[in-house]
Amino acid sequence: MALIEEPVALPAGAPSAPSTVKKPLGAFTRPKNPTGVVDWLTTVDHKKIAIMYATAAVLFLLIAGSAALLMRLQLAVPNNTLLDGDTYNRIYTMHGTVGIFLVVMPIASAFANYVMPLHIGARDVAFPRINAFSFWIYFTGGIMLNTSWFLGGAPDGGWFNYAPNSGVAFSPSNGIDFWNIGLIIVGIGSLTGAINLIVTVLNMRAPGMSLMKMSVFVWMILVTQFLLLFAIPVITAAQVLLSLDRLYGANFFNVAQGADPLLWQHLFWLFGHPEVYLMVLPAFGIVSEVIPAFARKPIFGYSFMVFSGIAIGFMGWGVWAHHMFVSGMGPLSVSAFSMATMFIAVPTGVKILNWVATLWGGRIVLNTAMLFAIGLVIQFTFGGVSGVSHALAPADTQQTDTYYIVAHFHYVLFGGALFGFMAGFYFWWPKVFGHKLNEKLGKVHFWLMVVGFNATFGPMHILGLQGMARRMQTYDASMGFNRWNLVATIGAFILGIGTLFLVVNAIYSAIKWHQAGKPDVGPDPWDARTIEWSIQSPAPAHNFDVDPQITSVDDFWYRKYAEDENGQLRQVATGAELAQPGNGEGVHLPAPSYWPLVLAIGIPIIGYGVIFSAWLTIPGLAVTVVAMYGWLMEPGDDLDDVHHGDDEHAPELVAATAEGTE
Amino acid sequence: MSDLALNAEHVADAHDDHGHHSSLGLSNAKLAMWLFLGSECLLFGALISTYLLSVANFIREVVAGNPEVIDTMGVGSPIMAEIAEAHSVEPMFDIPFTSASSFILLMSSLTMVLAHKAVSEARYRESRIYLGATLFLGATFIAGQVYEFTAFYREGLTYTGNLFGSAFYTLTGFHGVHVSVGLIMLGSLLYLSMRGRLQQDRAETVELVGLYWHFVDIVWVLIFTIVYLIP
Repeated sequence: MALIEEPVALPAGAPSAPSTVKKPLGAFTRPKNPTGVVDWLTTVDHKKIAIMYATAAVLFLLIAGSAALLMRLQLAVPNNTLLDGDTYNRIYTMHGTVGIFLVVMPIASAFANYVMPLHIGARDVAFPRINAFSFWIYFTGGIMLNTSWFLGGAPDGGWFNYAPNSGVAFSPSNGIDFWNIGLIIVGIGSLTGAINLIVTVLNMRAPGMSLMKMSVFVWMILVTQFLLLFAIPVITAAQVLLSLDRLYGANFFNVAQGADPLLWQHLFWLFGHPEVYLMVLPAFGIVSEVIPAFARKPIFGYSFMVFSGIAIGFMGWGVWAHHMFVSGMGPLSVSAFSMATMFIAVPTGVKILNWVATLWGGRIVLNTAMLFAIGLVIQFTFGGVSGVSHALAPADTQQTDTYYIVAHFHYVLFGGALFGFMAGFYFWWPKVFGHKLNEKLGKVHFWLMVVGFNATFGPMHILGLQGMARRMQTYDASMGFNRWNLVATIGAFILGIGTLFLVVNAIYSAIKWHQAGKPDVGPDPWDARTIEWSIQSPAPAHNFDVDPQITSVDDFWYRKYAEDENGQLRQVATGAELAQPGNGEGVHLPAPSYWPLVLAIGIPIIGYGVIFSAWLTIPGLAVTVVAMYGWLMEPGDDLDDVHHGDDEHAPELVAATAEGTE
Repeated sequence: MSDLALNAEHVADAHDDHGHHSSLGLSNAKLAMWLFLGSECLLFGALISTYLLSVANFIREVVAGNPEVIDTMGVGSPIMAEIAEAHSVEPMFDIPFTSASSFILLMSSLTMVLAHKAVSEARYRESRIYLGATLFLGATFIAGQVYEFTAFYREGLTYTGNLFGSAFYTLTGFHGVHVSVGLIMLGSLLYLSMRGRLQQDRAETVELVGLYWHFVDIVWVLIFTIVYLIP
């Protein structure tokens, strides 16, 4: 049980053989049994961190969503003067930036953090403190980015901030500096998170769980984290170059000095295209769990699902320039990237086919989670097809920078990724909170979102093909855009209300559950397939009492159901009978720590210093350095308890299980 | 039951992962370091590409005699004329000097390996000598870089003046920062060792710092080749 992380450089408190002195250096202590707020601020439990990720993402979703509604209000009628051009620029830039970096990616992290360790039968992630740090740095970095609203204006160059338009000459406020520094800081969290989760998947699987026995969800998380690992440094490099240009007068995008601003587009999209896959693949993983659970069939073509995910991961690196067909990069590049883009539709199509084939002939349970999953399959297919139409370069030159593009990527990101996340919320809610979300409200939630979503983004296809340019603050009544813009605005408000229903349902269900005296939902309320349902709900802090032994994909299902002599699948046990009792006696969990939070506070202060005044970097650096050395020198959490073997925890349970299996 | 026993035995054998179960037989920390270095490859890849593109554009402008560019190293700078004539930024560089400092940095990789070997064989006094030597060689390289930057600045190559200056100082500066971070880690190791807290069971920590250090060296081999030797 690898619960104790070794800090990369200097493991002061690593569990050790007798040769090294065990006394902790200095007076750094770990918080002891904290409660309440302190518990949340210092926790290193992957499950609590996941809940914080999701909560923070929903808060940022309010910002991104309000920005979207403001834009739709502005565009509801022609020649509207609700927002001036400058404000409008800032609002669409922040809508995209917050939506992508602070909403969609963190919700994916929330699912990865909560579910992935449970799916592989681990007690926590490989580096629990780094996990806490990944969350806190995302949160403080996100807040820093959003303080730009009050400190001279939000960024205004669009979420991809094309050079040289993003230079000081065209964007003199500090907004784009906040965009650069804020996202570099958020990127640190993504990078440490990616390393942490990859190590966890590769190194901490339960006995018997070979790579091809992992759930499709875990595979998609693994592919996603590899994409992050290699994409984040590219955007970081680009943002560093732009910051150096803007803050220190470098010339990387200075056309007067002969610079080629196309460099920015290449660097940005070399990150940006893997980025779109790393937003949607976690949702693919979630649906690949939800659909088999509620079609009551194994996933169709497991290995095809896995390898198509890996193929998307690889091919995602070879298609970035399809964002640049109108940049004049030459016919050879255009045709190469055009073909690569058509090819990447193949593994995506494989996935769609396999979901449909999983549904085919299944005894389908149409609950809210399943509805959202089916919603993803259908709406993502729409988005995928309009995506292929961008691969055709001649068509793309007509569509670039029109609302057709806006419609396309919202169909894959909202209709795809966010619908998948909603399916995940409904599916795993009982495992996280011990009660289901209300189904009636859930169905209202689903239909409001479907109607609102399609009413908002469906008409944008037409507007785009009519030639309405994106990012334009208004349009003239004579241009013929009036009707569909009004429809889109009405749709957006339905969609906004629909999305809020997640919060409404969460509160309503919790109140109902408390009023009913907190009835136990049971370990396996859906009669589902994977091993997270073999532990109590909500999941106990130590996850598994003993390491599960894995023999197949959907291991838990095959412990519940076995073939009889006629080859019919018969239930041999219920989930509740098989579930582990949740006795954590003797399990050693990593101790909480203050330092991840302190470190995550120090770094944004340096960021403010870089933007406003070098003097501010001094306290920032001080906090950061103290936090780093505090982190390294705080006592390891295993001091009295060194060198447990893997299975020595809860020895009486191990003995009991062993007797049972013999 | 026999499975469990086997597993426990396997764990007891796996020296460097501190008794934790690991599916790959590689410790978590080492795997994490390799992944981090993989990520760093892309960072330097992006910076090196930027350098190549920027220098090509710079030379094109100098050769074409762009008035915005031609005086950015001082009016009538002789080096600018040489660059225009050579169609390359090579006249800027002092190859023998940089070769020497590159050699010093590469030698520090050797002492790093020896330091790791010494710690894992419990020869602590030697390990301190090798750690100190690595620290010294790395610091010498950084001193050489400071000297080189100063010399270039005196010749008129400023950070903000032209594309070449921005690209050169950024790429080599990024590498210099990486070396400096390595120096801090080496210094911390040396301190731990002198306090008697860097013993055989912590050999992996030295190995991790070593991985990082070798990576930084390899990146310098690339930068030296691309920036200095084939301009």
